Amino acid sequence: MPTISFDGQEITFEPGQTIIEAAMASDLYIPHLCWHPDFPPHGSCKLCSVKVNGRICSACTFPAAEGQEVVSSSEEVRQLRLRLTQMLFVEGNHFCPSCEKSGQCELQAMGYYLGMTDNHYPHFFPVRDIDASHPHVLLDRDRCIFCELCVRASRADGKNVFELAGRGIHTRLVVDSPSGKLGDSNLDVNDRAAHICPVGAIVVKETAFRIPIGQRKYDRRTIAEVSVAEEAPLLRKRYEQKED
Amino acid sequence: MSKKKIRIATTSLAGCFGCHMSFMDIDERLLDLAEIADFDRSPLSDIKHCEQCDIGIVEGGVCNAENVEVLREFRNHCKILVAIGACAINGGIPALRNRCDLGDCLEEAFLTGIGVTDPKVPGDPELPLLLDKVHPVHEVVKIDYSLPGCPPSADTIWAALTALIEGNAPQLPYELIHYD
Repeated sequence: MPTISFDGQEITFEPGQTIIEAAMASDLYIPHLCWHPDFPPHGSCKLCSVKVNGRICSACTFPAAEGQEVVSSSEEVRQLRLRLTQMLFVEGNHFCPSCEKSGQCELQAMGYYLGMTDNHYPHFFPVRDIDASHPHVLLDRDRCIFCELCVRASRADGKNVFELAGRGIHTRLVVDSPSGKLGDSNLDVNDRAAHICPVGAIVVKETAFRIPIGQRKYDRRTIAEVSVAEEAPLLRKRYEQKED
Repeated sequence: MSKKKIRIATTSLAGCFGCHMSFMDIDERLLDLAEIADFDRSPLSDIKHCEQCDIGIVEGGVCNAENVEVLREFRNHCKILVAIGACAINGGIPALRNRCDLGDCLEEAFLTGIGVTDPKVPGDPELPLLLDKVHPVHEVVKIDYSLPGCPPSADTIWAALTALIEGNAPQLPYELIHYD
């Protein structure tokens, strides 16, 4: 099998795999927020930026190729990811103390993983709409990071409930329903799209704060440990299904 | 001859004093701290203005003109300035008003809100003027280190403080970094 060098370690990959897939298949973590093993890559969060033969590339979209030298865990790359994460924080309204996703949030866990203690940039404090019209699902756009995971998941659900509209700083998450409200859409609480959000933008109602502080997903394990434990098996399953 | 004591100043701007409560939570370690440090301006000492200090600790964000003045005084007098807690770092709960117009906020709080008697927006010249938005402290002055948390735990505060007193940059381990 062909190989790449990943942080100095030789790892094999299957032709057609991206760098993040090759790394994840070897239980090696590359930070990411918009990538998920079950969906096509979106390449928007840029947290998976790595140096490939000296150039910065997104590992979720860049194909692995024989002989590549990939650097993911250098201080330079950590700094880059830290600044990207801080930008995500200041661009929305991320008030962890009052958020029910706290402790289970991938954006927050990314901050912890990168040693982020401040937000560095001036805050935007944008004014965004909250949609509580659905009986079982809350849409809080203040916390949306535009990863499109709900869009891709809803597509896979066969429903297309969510979409990103607008461009640049005016980008917003919109809902496909006559009123534009989630309550008028055909989103079901059991849809994958209702559970895929990495942050607290789409949360299932009446489930908040059930897990005590200290036992939440990222209280004891880093996002790297959780990702390797939970996402790497999904990726392997996908490749096994492909071979069948 | 005994070693010169470290001088520490602390203040709470647009905060709830929760971070100061957490600071108190270092418990008997306060006695160790008192051996090597003196408190300058602080709610603990009731000194009203800073002299030259080694470490300044700022809780809370910036919501009014007085906050700006105090914060600048801390920056001018403290060699190392530490932002402590969610409100200092990102505005926190007080910054939830940033999505509303300030005039609307005052109107609801003092004129039209439920249970308001003798409706009148306070206008005493001694009251500091409110800013139109609540800002994190790093948007006003340079901050050297930040301790996130709502509040940061006593262990977090102690780890950072002891590192700073020893002349090192605080390096918080994973379990001591929390945003909630």
